[in-house]
Amino acid sequence: MSVAAPPVALSPRRRARSFLWSCVSTPVNAALSLAIVLALLYWVPGLIAWALVEARWSGPPAGCHDAAGACWSFVGRRWPLILYGGYPEGERWRVDLLFALVLVAGALLLSRRVTHKGVIGLLLIVAVPPLTALLLLGGVAGLTYVPTTRWGGLMLTVALGGAALAGSLPVGLALALCRRSHLPVIRGFAVALIEFLRGVPLVPLLFLAMTVLPLFLPPGSDPSPLLRAVVAFILFNGAAMAEVFRGGLQAIPKGQFEAARGLGLSPARTMALVILPQAIAIVTPGLLNVAVAIVKETTVILIIGLYDFFNEIVAGLADPQWLQGGAEVLNTGYVFAGLVYWAVCFGLSRVSARLELAKERRA
Amino acid sequence: MSGAEALASAPRNWTRRRLAAGAVQAAVLAAVALVAWLAAGNLSANLGRLGVNTGFGFLGRPAGFAISQHLVDYSESSTYFQALEVAVLNTLLLAVVSIVLATPLGFALGLARRSSNGLLSALAGGYVELLRNLPLLLQLFFWYFAVLRALPAPRVSLSLPGAIFLNVRGLILPRPMEAPGLGAVLAALVLGIGLAVAAIARIRRRRAQSGDAPMPRLVVLALIVAPPILAAIVVGPPIHWELPELHGFNFTGGLVVQPEFVAMAVALSLYSAAYIAEIVRAGIDAVSRGQVEAARALGLRPRTINAKIVVPQALRVIVPPLGNEYLRLFRNTTLAAAIGYPDLTLIFAGTAVNQTAQPVEVMVIVCACYLAINLAVSAAINEYNRRLGRSYR
Repeated sequence: MSVAAPPVALSPRRRARSFLWSCVSTPVNAALSLAIVLALLYWVPGLIAWALVEARWSGPPAGCHDAAGACWSFVGRRWPLILYGGYPEGERWRVDLLFALVLVAGALLLSRRVTHKGVIGLLLIVAVPPLTALLLLGGVAGLTYVPTTRWGGLMLTVALGGAALAGSLPVGLALALCRRSHLPVIRGFAVALIEFLRGVPLVPLLFLAMTVLPLFLPPGSDPSPLLRAVVAFILFNGAAMAEVFRGGLQAIPKGQFEAARGLGLSPARTMALVILPQAIAIVTPGLLNVAVAIVKETTVILIIGLYDFFNEIVAGLADPQWLQGGAEVLNTGYVFAGLVYWAVCFGLSRVSARLELAKERRA
Repeated sequence: MSGAEALASAPRNWTRRRLAAGAVQAAVLAAVALVAWLAAGNLSANLGRLGVNTGFGFLGRPAGFAISQHLVDYSESSTYFQALEVAVLNTLLLAVVSIVLATPLGFALGLARRSSNGLLSALAGGYVELLRNLPLLLQLFFWYFAVLRALPAPRVSLSLPGAIFLNVRGLILPRPMEAPGLGAVLAALVLGIGLAVAAIARIRRRRAQSGDAPMPRLVVLALIVAPPILAAIVVGPPIHWELPELHGFNFTGGLVVQPEFVAMAVALSLYSAAYIAEIVRAGIDAVSRGQVEAARALGLRPRTINAKIVVPQALRVIVPPLGNEYLRLFRNTTLAAAIGYPDLTLIFAGTAVNQTAQPVEVMVIVCACYLAINLAVSAAINEYNRRLGRSYR
C-alpha cells in the first residue's frame, strides 16, 4: 500500500475499471482486498439478517425477549411519543403543519428551478419562526395554549434546531460585521464575546443559561427551560457562524470596497448591495456545516432534562416495560435514532459539498 | 466642488467623522453599561430574595460529596477547592487519553483514505461519513448503555491478552507498581538522553565544519535506550505489574477504569478520529502531484518519497487544524455529564451548583477553567503557525 494523490476526474466506466485494478494492482493490495471482501462477506449478511430477516416487526415488548434480530415493534409502538412527545393529542395537527413547513422550506431551498432564494431565506429567518412559535404555543386566535414543558420528540428537535438556526444566522452576521468595525469599542466587544463563546463548551453554556441567566432577569420573569436552551444555542452557534462569515468577508477583494465607494455608495449600502451578496454565496457551504453541527447538538438538551427526539427514544428504552424486552430493544433504539440523524446530517453535508464544488468550478 | 475646495474641506469632514465615531462608541458603551446595571440590580434583588451567600468563601468549606474517580487524594471531608482540582484533572485525563487514542487511528484512516487500494479507501471513507454524521451523544450512549452496560458480570469477564479484563464494572488493567530498580533506571535514562544530546551536538559541529558527517540515528537511539536497559539488568526492573485476580464476585488488585471513562474515551476518540482522518487527507492532497512525480523521476523509492517528500510538506498543512480538533475534543469532554463521569462540568456545574446554591460564583469558576485551557492551547497553536509562517520566508 502506498499513498497517492487524489484521482483525477474520469468517466464512470473508466473509474470502475481503475477502481477494480487498484484493488489488485500489487500482491499487497490484492491480499488486503481479499481480507476486506471476506470481512464484508462475514458481517454484511449478519447485519441484513439482524435488521430484516430475524427482526420482530410488531407485537408486545415481551415478544422481543427471545428475538435474534431488531425489535422494530419498539419504534412502532412508541411512534406517537417519538414524533410529538407530550403534545396534546387533539392539537397535533399543529405539529404536522410544522413538519410540512420544514419539508416545503427544504424543497424550495434545494430545488434548482426556484429563484429568489434570498427572499425565501429571509422570510424563513425573519417571519416564519415567530409565526411558527405562535402556532405551536397557542393562546392566540382560538388556539389552545400548550406550554413548552409539554413539547417533545421530533417536534422539539425541529423547534429547537430551527430556532437555533434562524437565530444564530443574524447574530453571527452581526458579530462578524462588528468584528470588522474600525471602532475599537465595538470591535472589542465583538471579539470578547466571540472568544468567550468559542472557548466555553456548549454543555456549561447550557448550565449557565439554566442556573445563572434567570438571576439576571427581573424577579418573577421565569423563562421556560426551552427558551433558556434556545438562548444558549443561538449564542453558541452565533459565534460559530460569525467565524464563517468572517472568512467570507475576508475573501472579498479590497477592490470591491473601493469600487463601491468610488461609485458614491455609502458604507452601509456598500455592505448590503455589493459585499454581502458575494460573501453569503461564498459562506453558504460553511453555514450548512454549522447547520449539521446544530442538528447533532440538539441531542445535548437531554442533559438539562428536555425530551427531544433522541431523549424520547432513550426514555422509551428505560421504560420498565421495554427493559424486559432484552438487549435487542436497546440496539434497535440506537440504530433507529442513528439512521434518522445520519440521513439528515449526511444529506445536509452532501448539499454543502455540492455547493463547495460548484464554487470551485466558478472560480 | 473643485479639487481645491474638496481638499480644504477634507479636514473638517475628517473631524466630523471622528466625532461621529466617538459618539457611536460612547452610545454603545452607555447601552452596555445600562444593561449591566439593570442586570446587576436584578441579580442583587434575586439573590436577596433567595437569601443565599455570596463570594468565593465556599471554596474553603468541605464539599461533602464523594467523587468516584480521583487522581489526587480526595474524600468527602475535602474542600470544594480540592474537588475542583479533582474535577479539572479528570477532564484533562479524559482529554489526553482520548487524544492519544484518536491521533494514530485518525492518521491511519486518513492514509487509508488516500491508499492506492480503492476498496480500503472506500472503507475508510465509509467510516468517516458514518461517524461524522451521527451525534456524539448518541454514539456515547450506544457505547455506554448498549455495549459496556451489557457486558457480563465480573465472574464471567471477557479476558483480553495481557491480563486485561472487561466486565460490567469497567476495564481492569494490570497496575504498574514502583520496584527497587526505578531510581537507578530513571537516572540511567537521564544519563542516556544527556549522552545523545551531546553526540548530536558533536555531529552537528562536525557537519558545520566539514559539510558532511553522517547522522547515525540508530547509534543515537542506542545511546538513549542502552543505559536504562543495562541498569534494569543490573539493579532489577523499574516497575512490577500488580495483576488483577478474581476473588469471589469481584477482582482485587489491578487498575480499575470505570465504565464511564471507557465509554467517554472510546466515543470521543472514534468520533475525533473521523475528523482527524479528513485533516490528514487534506494534508496529503495539499502536496502537489508534481512533487511526488519529480521525486519518482529522481529514482527515490516509494518509502523515501513518503518519508522525505510527502510527510514533511503534509505535516505543515495538518498540524494547525489538528490542534483545533484537539480543542474540539477537549470541549466535547463536557458530554460526560450525560453518563455520570465526574468531570469539571458534572462536579461543578452540576453537583456544586446544587449544593452551594451559588450558581454565579460556581459557573464563573467553570467558565474560567474552560476558557483558560482553551486560550492556552490556542495560543500554542498560533505560536506554531507564526513560526511556520516565518520559516517559509
